[in-house]
Amino acid sequence: MIIGNYRTQLYDKQKEEYLPATQGLGMFVEVKDPDEKVILSRQYGSEGRFIFTSHTPGEHQICLHSNSSKFALFAGGMLRVHLDIQVGEHTNNYAEIAAKDKLTELQLRVRQLMEQVDQIQKEQNYQRYREERFRQTSESTNQRVLWWSIVQTLILVAIGFWQMRHLKSFFEAKKLV
Amino acid sequence: MRFGFGFGFGFGSGLLLLPLMFGWICASELTFELPDNAKQCFYEDITIGTKCTLEFQVVTGGHYDVDCRLEDPDGTVLYKEMKKQYDSFTFTASRNGTHKFCFSNEFSTFTHKTVYFDFQVGDDPPLFPNENRVTALTQMESACVSIHEALKSVIDYQTHFRLREAQGRSRAEDLNTRVAFWSVGEAFILLVVSISQVLLLRSFFSDRKTTTTRLGS
Repeated sequence: MIIGNYRTQLYDKQKEEYLPATQGLGMFVEVKDPDEKVILSRQYGSEGRFIFTSHTPGEHQICLHSNSSKFALFAGGMLRVHLDIQVGEHTNNYAEIAAKDKLTELQLRVRQLMEQVDQIQKEQNYQRYREERFRQTSESTNQRVLWWSIVQTLILVAIGFWQMRHLKSFFEAKKLV
Repeated sequence: MRFGFGFGFGFGSGLLLLPLMFGWICASELTFELPDNAKQCFYEDITIGTKCTLEFQVVTGGHYDVDCRLEDPDGTVLYKEMKKQYDSFTFTASRNGTHKFCFSNEFSTFTHKTVYFDFQVGDDPPLFPNENRVTALTQMESACVSIHEALKSVIDYQTHFRLREAQGRSRAEDLNTRVAFWSVGEAFILLVVSISQVLLLRSFFSDRKTTTTRLGS
């Protein structure tokens, strides 16, 4: 699970400082998974929080666009974006978990360790998947290199034959042979 | 932020300058895309006396190098390196304020790069916000703390391994593209050269025949 929080502040050129909160400025958040499929595509206000869960391992893309057209009119406009992305184990609010399950300090610490180990396991699964893909790619590359070498040798030999045959018939026509 | 899986972050267009700031947490990790001829800056508020570490690595793109520059609130350059592939820099903040670090790809004309950085400010927050530090931890609790630290370093190693794997894959894909182009180009050159050899040879003998005929008559 991934939680993203953001907060935007617009720069006020007259006061030369960042305004506390921007009115009317929205951010469009788009999240794509490794297969370029859009998981999340939503408009939020100047402050927002988005949550999503990854279903495939790999590189996900999070894009934040400003959608305000009137903002774009400010030449040299600057926007300060405060961003906080929490992934995996860090999404847990331990104070909340402790209160809900009524855990002692030791139990909470052990729960945190379990979450960390969970994350390590997920990462190792990902690496195992990557190694498998790599092995498949290597084997297909090996096949392609072998096939290409054979084809290139055949082309070379065929061209050699064609050259000799063509020149021979050319010289015979010219009555030089 | 810690990433369980590979993570990327892309910036949309439409803003002239987009400074990014981390306000609420003690350690930030981010993998972002740096377009060609672009510079991306990040800001962090740090209090005086805090020990901070900045670590970055280029994951994909070109020659896998980037310029990095770290400045304190007065503009004094604390760290500046050109065309570095990977580096780690630890410093203690000597003044309060917004520190700024920038990654620049301005020397590259057409390759955009993916850069990972990890900016650690101070220590991680304790598990219990109102932890009573006066009482000593029991043996179990201190064992838990040391396991927690060890697991954190395991996760850190895993992150580095994942980045190295991504970088290796990117290099392999570049190599594959180059080899594919070269093979096709070479086959084409082979055909062109062999046909032009034959045509050139034919042209030699055609000229001589004309000359011989003229001499004979």
